[in-house]
Amino acid sequence: MCFGVRRLDAALHLGLKLKMGKPSKLVSMRDAIAAHVPNGSMVLLGAQLEPMIPFAAGHELIRQSRRDLTLVGPISDILFDQMIGAGCVARTMAAWVGNVSAGVGYCFRRAVEKNIPRPLATVDYSNLTLALGLHAGAMGVPFMPTYSTMGSDLLAKNGNLREFNSPVNEEKLIAVRALRPDVAIIHVQRADEFGNAHLWGSLGVAVDGARAARKVIVVAEEIVAPEVIASDPNRTLIPGLLVAAVVHEPWGAHPSPVQGYYNRDHAFFSQYHEQSRELKDFEQWLQRWVFGVKDRNEYMDLLGACRVESLGVKQHALSAAADFGY
Amino acid sequence: MSTTTQPGTARSYTLGELMVAAAAREIRDGELVFVGMRLPLLAFLLARRTHAPNAVALYENGIIRDTPSPEMLYTMGDSPNLRGATLCGSLLDVMSLLQQGRVHVGFLGAAEVDRFGNLNTVWGLRGAAEVRLPGSGGACDIACLAQRTVVLLAHDRARLVERVRHVTSPGYGTGNSWRRSRGLPVRSGPSAVITTMGILRFGADGEAFLASAHPGIPVEDILAATGWTLRVADSLQETPQPTAAELAVIRALDPEHFWTGVGQS
Repeated sequence: MCFGVRRLDAALHLGLKLKMGKPSKLVSMRDAIAAHVPNGSMVLLGAQLEPMIPFAAGHELIRQSRRDLTLVGPISDILFDQMIGAGCVARTMAAWVGNVSAGVGYCFRRAVEKNIPRPLATVDYSNLTLALGLHAGAMGVPFMPTYSTMGSDLLAKNGNLREFNSPVNEEKLIAVRALRPDVAIIHVQRADEFGNAHLWGSLGVAVDGARAARKVIVVAEEIVAPEVIASDPNRTLIPGLLVAAVVHEPWGAHPSPVQGYYNRDHAFFSQYHEQSRELKDFEQWLQRWVFGVKDRNEYMDLLGACRVESLGVKQHALSAAADFGY
Repeated sequence: MSTTTQPGTARSYTLGELMVAAAAREIRDGELVFVGMRLPLLAFLLARRTHAPNAVALYENGIIRDTPSPEMLYTMGDSPNLRGATLCGSLLDVMSLLQQGRVHVGFLGAAEVDRFGNLNTVWGLRGAAEVRLPGSGGACDIACLAQRTVVLLAHDRARLVERVRHVTSPGYGTGNSWRRSRGLPVRSGPSAVITTMGILRFGADGEAFLASAHPGIPVEDILAATGWTLRVADSLQETPQPTAAELAVIRALDPEHFWTGVGQS
């Protein structure tokens, strides 16, 4: 009997899918970037801070020669640096741009200090104020208040931070203007083909970022059945109704880590640090790792089976199941 | 085990290890700590394993840990830091606790610190040329909102300056009631600057003074390596050397001196 009911559910689901034609949002990385990220876009990348940075998407933006982008993110690790060096970026709105484990970002420095390869405007935030800008965008209000940045030169130089008098007491506060990125590109562990996404680990500004953005591209390690998503709805932090495109891109966050899938490739970050110090070396790096491969599969071939093996999860640690029964 | 020796003094620890031990002593048992990476992370782990077993770590990417990470980390988002965490949430989940005033102490680094404890991590100087540095990250938030902040950096005239060229993270501004006049929380501000030569603390007027000199380092050398006329405490201390127990913990965490190599010859 139970078995029969379940089969009926499955048949009904399939029937609905076919009859109602609920469209799959699953596309290739190339098509997702081509369709949803035009020149001049404001793009949120690296929303989870150091983990789950959508490097594959960033590299596709470079390959498609996107220009005049505004990059938004709290700390970007080296993806912002690479896109700045490739000439894609007109402006950063960030709390930190560099190489987290190795230090400064040389492409960022060349752009700010010497206009190489093009001038770069920087709008400097702190992590909290950037998060509050996205939170205001997610809430649909023009600003969020905070005490942070008072007395700092971040406040003095960033026009999106303004002092105001509280209407409910005698305090001064800082208003952080709402941020509404055109596109948020968010790497996740798993999603269904409609964009309902499960992600876990440190979340950074991913949830607010997805709500604040006008469009979301979800990049997933795995595509799973909608039943898997619905089995644990607390873990659905991005609902598909916000999502314009879903890309299945295993290892798409390398060299950053994805909990439960692969670890951080620390050596890659220090190698990039050395290989981006001089402009000509960076150009070779870009040729090898971005222009020299047509997609993530070729990138993984270049990375090599041994390195991939060494970064894999050595000991899986499954969470206890949550009971949604009634 | 590598050791260092300087003229006249046999030293069985690196300056990095001394700084970690000094930083650990800034953490009291049961406190909420914004930890950061590198030496501050080691300091937190050391405090947990010695005098502050109930200190709780907050990481700005959204992690709260009651237990130390099982491994040293290159970034706070590394996989070992997520496994076994008490909470993995959003940046606002932890920053909200900071803004409420619940965080007791936060650790910061800086390219420059000035006589009032203001920090710069946006513009550095290399020769005569200005160098663009990565930026605030969460440092400005921690400097504004934590009850106490502790700064760690190498001690030289180029970094301990009269006035920072960019106030990325405010200390006591221009001194006295500056923080209050700007609207910053009453209970907040820098409490110690731990350098490779000594420990600076702050008077009621917000100006730094030398509270402690590291063993074997003459006060005049410290004053000469500071970019303003540094006041010296009447009761100047010698920074306690790391104990054997402290060194054992630090070396178990950092056997190759990857993080604590500063001061090695």
